[in-house]
Parts: sequence; C-alpha cells; structure tokens
Amino acid sequence: MNAPIFTLVDVNNFYASCESNFNPAIANVPVCVLSNGEGCVVARSKEVKALGVKMGTPWFQIRDLAKEHGIIAFSSNYALYQNMSQRVHSILRDMSPDLETYSIDECFCRVDTVAHLYGGVDEMGHAMKDRIKQWTGLAVCAGSGPTKTLAKFANFLAKKNAVFNGVCDLISMPKPERLRWMAGVDVGDVWGVGQRIAARLRAMHINSVLDLRNTSPKTLRAQFGVVMERTGNELRGISCLGLEDVPPPRKQIIVSRSFGAVVTSFDELRESIVTYASTAAIRLREQGSVAAAIQVFVSTNAFKTDEPQYSASHVVPLVDPSDDTRELIAAALAGLKSIYRSGYWYKKSGVVLIDISSKEIRQRTLFDDDEARDRSARLMAVLDRANCEFGRGTLTLAAAGLAPRWALRFSKRSPRYTTRWDELPIVK
Amino acid sequence: MYSGQNMRPNLLLQCPSLSAPTLLRANLAQNIRWITSHQLRAGFASPAIGYEEKELDLNEFLIRNPVATFIFSVAGDSMAPGIEEGDKVIVDRSVTPKTRDIVVAVVDSEYTLKRLMIQRGRPELHADNPAYKPRCFDDAEQLEIWGVVTAVVRRYS
Repeated sequence: MNAPIFTLVDVNNFYASCESNFNPAIANVPVCVLSNGEGCVVARSKEVKALGVKMGTPWFQIRDLAKEHGIIAFSSNYALYQNMSQRVHSILRDMSPDLETYSIDECFCRVDTVAHLYGGVDEMGHAMKDRIKQWTGLAVCAGSGPTKTLAKFANFLAKKNAVFNGVCDLISMPKPERLRWMAGVDVGDVWGVGQRIAARLRAMHINSVLDLRNTSPKTLRAQFGVVMERTGNELRGISCLGLEDVPPPRKQIIVSRSFGAVVTSFDELRESIVTYASTAAIRLREQGSVAAAIQVFVSTNAFKTDEPQYSASHVVPLVDPSDDTRELIAAALAGLKSIYRSGYWYKKSGVVLIDISSKEIRQRTLFDDDEARDRSARLMAVLDRANCEFGRGTLTLAAAGLAPRWALRFSKRSPRYTTRWDELPIVK
Repeated sequence: MYSGQNMRPNLLLQCPSLSAPTLLRANLAQNIRWITSHQLRAGFASPAIGYEEKELDLNEFLIRNPVATFIFSVAGDSMAPGIEEGDKVIVDRSVTPKTRDIVVAVVDSEYTLKRLMIQRGRPELHADNPAYKPRCFDDAEQLEIWGVVTAVVRRYS
C-alpha cells in the first residue's frame, strides 16, 4: 500500500472563466457573475478581484464602480458551468481514476498509484493543468501533498503565488521551504478553519499555518475537539481523511426513474417530476444544504428503435439557493413545460439538483426575506417529520398555483454555448 | 453527450436507480406481457438473429474526443464554398493544429474561421473564398488558435 498522495485541482475563477472562454471580447475585461435574480456577486474574474470587489457584494453597491471600470456582469449560466465542469472532471478521471468531486470546480485526486506514469507528482500536476487548459480552455491550479489538508494548502499557494506557475507539490519541496511557506500564510486560510475558530486561534497566538501545525494535538483536541486535532495532524503530514471521508454534503443530487408503464401525457410526467423534486428536496434538507438550480430531463425508450425518439433536459436556476420543496417543484415544472413535447412515449424522467452548498454559508442575496425563510424552514421541518414518522409521501404539496419564484429576468445570461443548438458560439 | 437537448440521461447519470419494489413489479409485469405477445406473433425465425449491430451513431463518427469538442455556428462566407453560413463546425481543442487545417482562431477579439498556413515558421490565416485577403502573423505567439475544425455539418432542410 502506497503512502497516499493527494492532488487538489480547481478551476481559476470558474464561472467567470466559463464566460470569457466563449466570448473573446471579454477576455481581459473585468467580469463578474451574479446570483440569480441579479442579486449578488458570486464569481469574479481576476480583474474584478483586483478592483477589490468582494464575494457576495450586492450588484447595486458596485454599479458605479462597474460603470467606471467597465465591469461586465452576467446572470449565472448553470447549463454552461455544469457542462464545463463535467468536461474538467472527466479529463481528470481519465488521468487519475481515484478521485472525489469536491465541488462544481474542485476535484481531489489520489495520485500515488498513477503519478509515476507522468514522471512524478509535480509533473502530473503540470500534465493535468496543461491538458485541461488545452482541451477546455480553462486555467486550473493543482496542489499536491501527503494529506488532503496539505493538498488544499498547496493549491492555495499555487493560486496566490505566481512563482509556482499554477502547480505546487509539497512532497518534492524541501522541508525548510515548506515550513517557510506555512509561516507566511494566515491560519484562517487553512481548510476547515472558519472565521470563528480562526479568531480563537489568534487569541491563543496561533496566527500562521505553521503555528497551527506546531500546536500539540492534545491542545487542539482540548480546545477545539477532534476535528481540529485532525486538521493539525493533517498539516503535519499524517493523512486522516481519505477520498470519501469528507464530502457527505453531496454536490449533486439526482432522482430519476424509469416508468413501469408508458407515459405520454404532461399530467403524468408532471406527477413524476413533483415526486422526484420532493424526494430530492428531502435529501437536500437531510444534509443541510441548498441548491441553486434544478435540472429536469425526460426521455423515450432508446432501445425501442421503432418508436419516435426524444430526449431533452433543461436547467432552471432559482432566484435564491433554496431547500424549499415548493420552490424546487415550481422550478422543476417550469423546466418540464419547456421540454415537454406531446406524441412521444416517455420511458424515463428525473431531476438533478445543481450547485449544492451548505445552508449556513449560503450567499445572501437582495431578494432574501428572513421572515419568509423562517416560515419556509418551519413548514419543511413539519413536512420532513411527518414523512419520517408515517413514511415518505405522507405529506406532499399540491403542485398547482405556486408562486413563480423561478420566473427570472434572464437579460444578462450568456448563451448556453455548449448545450443549445440555437445558442452556439458564432464564428465568422 | 452532455446536459441539454438530446442528451441521454441513462448514460450521463450514474446514480443507482431508486426503483421501489412496486415499480420493479410493474416493470416485470410489463416485460412479461411484452415477451408473451412477441412469442404469440412468432412465425419464422429471422435468419439475421444473432447479427444485430448497434445503430450508426453520428456523434461517434463526427466527434473523436467529446470532452475537448465544441460546436460553433458559422456566419459569413469567408470559407465558401466549402463551408457556408449556418453550417455547424465541429471544433476539437485536443488536436494540434498543422498547416492547411481549418481552425477557429481569435483575431481582434472575435472568433474567425480560416485555413491555417504555416510559411517558413510564420502562421497565416487564409480564407477559402478568394474575395478575402490572407492575414499574416510575425510568429506563432501572436496568433491564438482556439481549436481545430474536424468536421462540418450542414442540414439542407
């Protein structure tokens, strides 16, 4: 059994890079992506970062700055981001089969069994970076280390320091140099150290990554519990987290089924989609997450080649990331309406929740209404309790007459370059 | 291939199916009915049984490396008559461009579809339509090639 080596690959400024990748006119222009409903900045190009715009800033606050510096803002284009994410992940999976999709733009790869094929860990990092750049146009950073926490730290170094050229391998780095880099990075930038813990650490004069690494496991355990003790160990190079240990919050939830009987009508499909969206919403709440968009798909039976074939899918963004069954159903049905065609024998349908994030760290947006949120949370809790006690499906929602929160202004969404025939990029 | 029109969810989505027992039973019943009716209809066995092959798949023919392949829609007539307005070009980013390849390049912040000609180490972009002048670059660094066109698709109706 090899000692583990982890590489964390993530796409630089993912959403903003997807936008400029298909629009050469904005290649070196400050670009930001706004949350749905054009609320807040959820992604920034390096030019926007350089202007000091922070994540989560409401658009109206930077409107003047945007005018002055020509910042271009887009609504989120999840169909595009999801498609580009799938490409990046499948390139990585080809190179390093042992991998964990950590988020829409991040992947942990366990490379100790394959790095020799590329001539070493550092070389493999470069090979990943170069192939993703050439094949997709997206720039990534790769950080490698003997633990996931160190891989994350290496990735941080690669991203923040031009000297690494996007690839940082802590394993081949001499120890004194490694410790020097650790001394130069704030403890709050360690994976898993939130703001509150960082403040407490600083009060204990633990200011840098190196300070945290040098704190005794006993102290960390006594002061912060086992999670921080583990982080300390990981910073010392003792691998505590394997590939699947960390991510129970799934980044994508899929609920789909093949129909037992042939389904043709919209009403029957609607019923299925309502059920799947409800199930997906329950899973979302079970893990304490919210989703930013929902994808709906339908297809006929591809094996019955003598029947007319049709399959389609549609991504509907939500105004606010949500875990509310009602909002998810409403959005899913809007998607279904746009793809349903009569005259086909449908065999399968389903929903996919996209861009899932933790409810606690959810970005606040303009349209956020705390009171409504609380009401929604209480209602969902009742729903989940009843369904848990009496079986799933005991309490469901009437699908009709819901507030159309998915009715968005799409004015600034870029074309869905990779998934729509009528929105392809144009070449002259 | 990916999410969007005509994707195949059964290939894309690798989630275990969630069939409840009732659904399984329903499926089973459906299959049995189908098999029965099929057998009732049987006359002479087809001599071709055992020789069935997969249907022809245009994706497979046109796209060698799906993760690196993108589709562009053509505007203008600079590559006419070979490529016309409205044609779709299949662009593979994983192919290394060589002289005489048709490429999508970035010139003056726009995508342009031209034939790459390398003359004594210097890249030039030529239109197939003689009405357009070639464009020369001092060295390869100055020219950004987005991808190589590996196929053209045209629908006549």
